[in-house]
Formats: sequence, C-alpha cells, structure tokens
Amino acid sequence: MKKIATGNKAVAEAVKQAGPDVVAAYPITPQTEIVEQIAEFVSSGELKSRYIPVESEHSAMAACIGAGITGARTFTATSSHGLLYMHEMTNWAAGARLPVVMATVNRSLGPGWNIWAEHTDALQERDTGWLQVYVSTVQEAYDATLMAFRIAEHNDVLLPVMVNLDGFLLSHIMQPLDTVEPGDFVPPLNLPHAIDTKNPAGYGGLTGPDQQFLIRWDIERSMRDSAKVIEETEREFARRFGRKYGFTEDYRCEDAEVIVVAMGTLGKEAEVAIDLLRKEGIRAGSMRLRWLRPFPKLELKGKEVVVIDRDYSFGRGGILATEIMAQTKEELFSVIAGIGGQEVTYENIADFVRNRRRGTEFWFGVNTYV
Amino acid sequence: MPICYGRSTIAHSRSLIRPLSLQELDIIAEIPKEEYILKCTSACAGCSDSLALRYVLKAAGPDTVLVVPACCTSVIQGIYPNTAFNVPVYNIAFGAAAACASGMSNAFRKAGKKTNVIVYAGDGGTLDIGIQAMSGAFERGTDFLYICYDNEAYGNTGMQRSGATPLGAKTTTTPTGKTDFKKDIDAIIAAHDPLYQATAAAAYPQDLFKKVRKALTFRGPSFIHILAPCPPGWRYPTEKSVEMGKLAVKTGIWVLYEREYGKLTIGAQSKTAMKKPLPLEDYLAPQGRFKGIDPRTVDILKQRIAKTSAKLLSEEAAP
Repeated sequence: MKKIATGNKAVAEAVKQAGPDVVAAYPITPQTEIVEQIAEFVSSGELKSRYIPVESEHSAMAACIGAGITGARTFTATSSHGLLYMHEMTNWAAGARLPVVMATVNRSLGPGWNIWAEHTDALQERDTGWLQVYVSTVQEAYDATLMAFRIAEHNDVLLPVMVNLDGFLLSHIMQPLDTVEPGDFVPPLNLPHAIDTKNPAGYGGLTGPDQQFLIRWDIERSMRDSAKVIEETEREFARRFGRKYGFTEDYRCEDAEVIVVAMGTLGKEAEVAIDLLRKEGIRAGSMRLRWLRPFPKLELKGKEVVVIDRDYSFGRGGILATEIMAQTKEELFSVIAGIGGQEVTYENIADFVRNRRRGTEFWFGVNTYV
Repeated sequence: MPICYGRSTIAHSRSLIRPLSLQELDIIAEIPKEEYILKCTSACAGCSDSLALRYVLKAAGPDTVLVVPACCTSVIQGIYPNTAFNVPVYNIAFGAAAACASGMSNAFRKAGKKTNVIVYAGDGGTLDIGIQAMSGAFERGTDFLYICYDNEAYGNTGMQRSGATPLGAKTTTTPTGKTDFKKDIDAIIAAHDPLYQATAAAAYPQDLFKKVRKALTFRGPSFIHILAPCPPGWRYPTEKSVEMGKLAVKTGIWVLYEREYGKLTIGAQSKTAMKKPLPLEDYLAPQGRFKGIDPRTVDILKQRIAKTSAKLLSEEAAP
C-alpha cells in the first residue's frame, strides 16, 4: 500500500506487521514518535502486543530480555543517551542470544544537549554482539525493520539487530512508503533455549575461565553465519516484494577512480554529488555502507577512498574510516562531517572529493586537514 | 549463553528439635517434601539466603521462574554447566531484576501462562542499584513477587556497606561502623501501595512459607523482605544463623508483619517482642560487626526500634 510517512512512522508500521509479543520502551527525542505510534496501535487493538512503559532505557532492554527468554518476540526503540544508558543490557541481550529488534534513531551525545543526527551513539555499541544496519530512506527504514525480525530470529543467528536511522534527517522526514503484506515472510519465532518450567535450566550463571571463551566464540560464529542469513533474507525480500538491498549500496562504482564511503542519509546524498563530479569529468562513485556488523569485505582495491564519518573516536579518528583502514592498504581521505546535525549538502560532499588529500583527516566546518 | 540443567534430586533431611504447636504442625504438614534446591550448592556454611530460598521455592512450586540479579544467589547456584537449583533461574545484571521480571511476566501472561515470576534479590540489588527498576515495576502493577533477602551488606563481594547496613555495623567499607541509618525500603514499597507486602526472617521458615503462598495468590506486585543473617559477614559462628534471626525478632530490631491491601498485621512473635523485648545487646554482642560499638550508638538504635514499634502499632490500631 502506497502512502507518505516519516522514518519513525515507517519503523512503527513494520513493527506492527511483524507483531512483537512485547514492546518495552521509554521516550527520547527523536525516537519518541516510533513508540507513540506503537502505543497507539496497541491501544486501538491493531497490534496485539503487551506494551510496557518502562521507567528507563536500561529497563526497556531488561524487559525485552525477560520477555525474550520466554520465547516472545520483542521490540524497542531508542536514541543517543537512551542507547548509552542501556549499554549494559545491550551486551546482555546479545550474550543471552535473544533476537531483540531495536530501532536506534541516531543522535549526538551530550554535553551539550544536541538532539540532531550523529552516528557515535550506535557506534559505541559496535562491539556488543548486535547486528547493525544503517538505512537512508523512509522505505528502507520500513524494509530493514521487517527484515530485522527474520534475520535476528533465524536459528543460525539468534542475535539482536539494530536498525539505525538518522535523527530528524530521516526520522522526521516525509517520503513515499510502499508497505507490503508480509504473510509468512517473518515466520513464528522458535527460540531453542526458551524457558521451560518442565525442564528447568539455569541461565547466565557463574561461568569459569574454561567456558566463557566458548560462549563468546559461539557469538562470533553466529555473527559470521549471519552474513549468509542477511543475503538470503534480502534475496527473499526482493523476490517477494521487489526491492533489492545488499551489504552496501554502490552507485557508479564500476569504473570509478575515487569512491565516497558513508552511512545513512549522507551515503544517499553522496549519489547526487557523484553525478555532479561526473559532469566535471571526475570518475567518482559512492558506496553506502548498510551493514556495519557483520562488517562486509569492501571492494576498494586500487581506488582512492574518501570516507565520511558522522561520528568520531577521540584520539583515533572517524570510526568508519578506522574500520575500513583495517581492511585496505590504500591511504584514505577521512572526512568528519555532519556531527550533531551539522548541515552537509551534496555540494559539500563534491568539495570533499575535489579537495581530497590522501592520508589526512579533514574536519568539515573547522576546515583543518590533520 | 551458559545454560545448565539440574540433575540431582536428593532431598535434604530435616530434623525437629522441639515439640511443635498444633498450628505449626498444620503448616509443616502443608509444606511440600519436594526440594528445589539440590545438594552441593556453593553457599557458605550457615547461609540463611539458601535456607530462606528453600522455603520460598517449596511455597511457590515447580511452575516458577526465579529472576536473580548479581548477589549471593548468583553464586550459590553453582558453576556452569552445573546448577543446584531445580527451577528455571534467569540471572540478570545488577540493577535490572525487576525490569527483567516485568518483561517476563508480561510475556507469560500474554501467552496465557500462570507461571510464577519471582525476583530473588539481595539488599544491594534492591535498596541501592535496583531500586529504580523495582519502583517502576511496582508502579506498573507488574504481576510478580519481589523478594529481597537482606544480609545487610554486599555479601557476594566481601561485605561492603549497602543502604541496608544498620547504623554502627562494621563492613569492609565502614571499618569503624556505619554512620547512617538503614534505608527503610518497606516504607518505600508501602508508598507504592502494593496488593501485598510482608517482612519475614529465614529463622521463621513456616511464617515465610505462609507469606510466600499468600503473596502468590495476588495478581499484581507483591513484596517480601527477608532478614537473612550471614555468618562470615556478620562475624558469628555458622551454627548461629537461626538464633541470630530469632534474636533480631525478639529484640525488636526486625519486625515481622504483613500488609494486605494496605492493612497492617503485626506477627505474633513481634507483638510479644514489642511488649517485652530482649535487650538489644543480646543481638549485638555475638556479632563481630558490632564489636566495640559505641554505647551511644546502641541507644540510638534502641530509640529507633521504639519509634518503629510505636509507628507500626499505631498503624495497626488505626481503623
């Protein structure tokens, strides 16, 4: 069904169709609209979920964990400080092998109180064992959320999935949305280790040095296996509903000499910059990274690479740039742009490419190469 | 995810050391023989946490899930891949027990299951780090039983002071004795107006059994606060755990009561203690944690006991 929706509404729509048993959530800008919409679906009876209006994000994730271990499908959404506040429990959810699905509306971190887009919040969750996908349009927010349930709950994965969308730039932007009839695209959840009082088990108790690494390795093995499940799910989604996705979305990369890599809305904006640069005779392409975890193998050999990070790791650099550096011998041009919702236009992105300097880092706005 | 399944089903033996009243015999007849805490826990000798839990689980029965935050009970279960508990136990982060139970209870009820969801948390996990999640779960009317077993310090990490440590008690972080009062968690819970709340002591297992049974009949939040004396932490000989619990009640420093739909009933043992308490020194003297306590601090504790008794008696007498 075709309609117009914000990124937040699109996520809520997908959640309604996936039909979680329990939704536990706490408000935070710019995510709030998602949980408001879900609360509305629940109160109108359109969504038969238990909605738990918890007193904090820490409790939101803890409640998803408690519900999840009974074999229930769970969802929550958060942003920024909310995500940081639940950090202890995001680790627990992954360690407990629970397929929680969470929308993170990416927002800057305080101080000061800045409510606008930045990826540092979700990137601080990079090592928790969550799968992470970054979307760039309202349609993609919807599609990725629906797929997230199927991927997370696949018994070769059983890890939580975080769907990331840029605060305001996507959460509050109206775009066309084509919803689908998912049918059995998201099959019923069958959690193999669900609590069974007839076969009592202890979960997450005292674990010694001779066991813990095995449990950690098991997470890593599933994280590796998840790549196949993601491909399979996206292929099935394309077969049923006609929209194709991948680990990256590549735009005019085949013959490109220079490639812009970015995530979220910046990655989409880069496509416009590419067209502009091509007209000037610069053979540029863009590669929008969708899945940060599991991190895909990027085809960047022999290309000049411009990485735009809407995030930063103090004392090291752009986090996406650092991830890519671990994979390629090419010297990158790393751009830090869009922090705290700083406006970045396609003209600016074209400028990054035009003025690129290999092996340096450029802070947009400060206009310093370091 | 470390998951372990219990194997042994050997029952504990139980011996009776004094003649029992008819009423006590009735309750004992009612207490099931099934054991849900199996042999070979990793509890310390004389642990009253596991004594209390034994009766909690007998009262709750097999269709029960325990939610346990970081506390002594996380250790007592044993080491993965073994467990000494014969009901499902979900271990969760320190401040998260009530929230986890909240999700669990909602999921069970949505699936049409009546499974008891019981949080079994220590005093640190209840009065300190877990208080926010607990307050939220009570406010939301979660259908669960929250039990705080109180050994008046962070026992698992080696007896650091908690909000539950009483005035004057030495812990590893209050080496000269605590200078603040014990936090009144029961008053905080009462402010949430739960359907049922009670205090209990591991030293009075029949009373505890009855209270757990009753708490689980309510569809909504209920709370039981159990005094759980700790031999290594309180520094008294291991065989004196039950005696310590009884002395706490008989001196009036621990009061047994229940509040059903807001209506308070003080337990018979505590009623007696309020009329004619044993000297507080009888309770303090055997405990190393009170060694060398300033007599003025003892006086303050006595005043506090008198104040609490008066408050409870007047609440009970109120129409």
